[in-house]
Amino acid sequence: MSLHPVAEWSRYPIPPGYSSGGRFERVLRSRRFAVTAELNPPDSADPEDTYRAALVLSEVCDAINATDASGANCHMSSMGICALLTRAGYSPVLQISCRDRNRIAIQGDVLGAAAMGVDNILCLTGDGVQTGDQPAAKPVFDLDSISLLQTIRTLRDESRFLSGREISVPPRVFIGAAANPFAPPYEWRPLRLAKKIEAGAQFVQTQYCFDIPMLDRFMQQVRDLGLHERCFILVGVGPLASARAARWIRANVPGVHIPDSVIARLEGAADQRLEGKKICIELIQQIHEIEGVKGVHVMAYRQEETVSEIIRASGVLKNRARLASSPAAAQR
Amino acid sequence: MYAMRLRATRHARLLQLTYDLLEPVFRRIEPLWRRIGYDRLEGPLAGLERWFKGPLFDCRMCGRCILSSTGMTCPMNCPKSIRNGPCGGVRPDGNCEIDTSMRCVWVEAWSGGRRMRDGVGEMRLVQEPSDHSLSGTSAWLRHFRERVPIGPGGESLRS
Repeated sequence: MSLHPVAEWSRYPIPPGYSSGGRFERVLRSRRFAVTAELNPPDSADPEDTYRAALVLSEVCDAINATDASGANCHMSSMGICALLTRAGYSPVLQISCRDRNRIAIQGDVLGAAAMGVDNILCLTGDGVQTGDQPAAKPVFDLDSISLLQTIRTLRDESRFLSGREISVPPRVFIGAAANPFAPPYEWRPLRLAKKIEAGAQFVQTQYCFDIPMLDRFMQQVRDLGLHERCFILVGVGPLASARAARWIRANVPGVHIPDSVIARLEGAADQRLEGKKICIELIQQIHEIEGVKGVHVMAYRQEETVSEIIRASGVLKNRARLASSPAAAQR
Repeated sequence: MYAMRLRATRHARLLQLTYDLLEPVFRRIEPLWRRIGYDRLEGPLAGLERWFKGPLFDCRMCGRCILSSTGMTCPMNCPKSIRNGPCGGVRPDGNCEIDTSMRCVWVEAWSGGRRMRDGVGEMRLVQEPSDHSLSGTSAWLRHFRERVPIGPGGESLRS
């Protein structure tokens, strides 16, 4: 009997050819359509705030993303959330942004996260400090998303730090990156995805998709390059609360592209919030049919219940049994 | 400076040709530099490089130049100093998400790279993280010292 049961059970046997022992990688490799969702970090030190959100999401998704001060706004840290979630038996996706920490801090965090039982890491460059609530902060950006991918792959596959110093037990993690098919330069985006795969990305979660024809064009290029066979692609989606909210997001959140037709449809609806949900459900169903897409990543600011309803209504889970008696069983 | 930097990208092909002419000359005088001593040359050369590349590329003297892999656009001008860009926040008009009055460095790099011989191929290379201990030093000199072929900004062309 180990003195530290958490560390003990988190080391599930890793099947040959797998990078991690986590559910997310197993679902993807068994060719099921994967669902991930973003947990909105609380502005509090109360663990219950995190658990409450996680419980709702765990019933409908294969992995929960713990965001790392997204939009450069201060919240509970992704490491803190992952510590709570792994303690309760969840297998989260730890998001690491290059904005706030240098390579010394990041490499240490990767070892710590893997030791806690984190199986998945998403590598991000991060939003500029100017976009958040602490514009006076010093931006770090010692690494970028691609050199971060390469760094974590070096830790895992070569059992050494960037300095060359040896690591006795490497972090067994499934490594991912973000992609945005909806921002210029459009013709460079598939090549940039190729570069991320080259650097170590095994899965990608994209920015919000509201434009299926644009996604289709991107996926066509991705298939032409054969990238869909080298990496699991999950497309980002989320509900828009109203036409006004959509306009605000389009003007203020960098990298989010919302076509006029979507805003017009919201405007014409009697109940805009309901219409936003409907649009999101339809998007998931359309994305499900695109060749090469292996899942969806649902993001909605502090609306875990809505996310759950959307995923259930979309039907992408088919008859997968997922309501488990404990959060640990649901995620492991 | 900003206008000059954009112009450099627009003339990426010309800069590449200029380099093709000058590089053999610089290589020929390399033994002379060795005789003077690289340590003694570091100060003056770094100054010369700053004076030359500063106005032309808005060079930040990172000490490890990758201009030939970035369409003659200095990536250190990116507010996130991304050496493997662009990020996902580029505005629909191609401007930077942080400094909205500025063209995204990587949108410019992409257009510069397409004008250059194998520029797009070069942009596909995964760039290592910056070595901050080289900041402020001469990239030109460093590569002569290592005796490898160098690009117009002093970047290594050894694959």
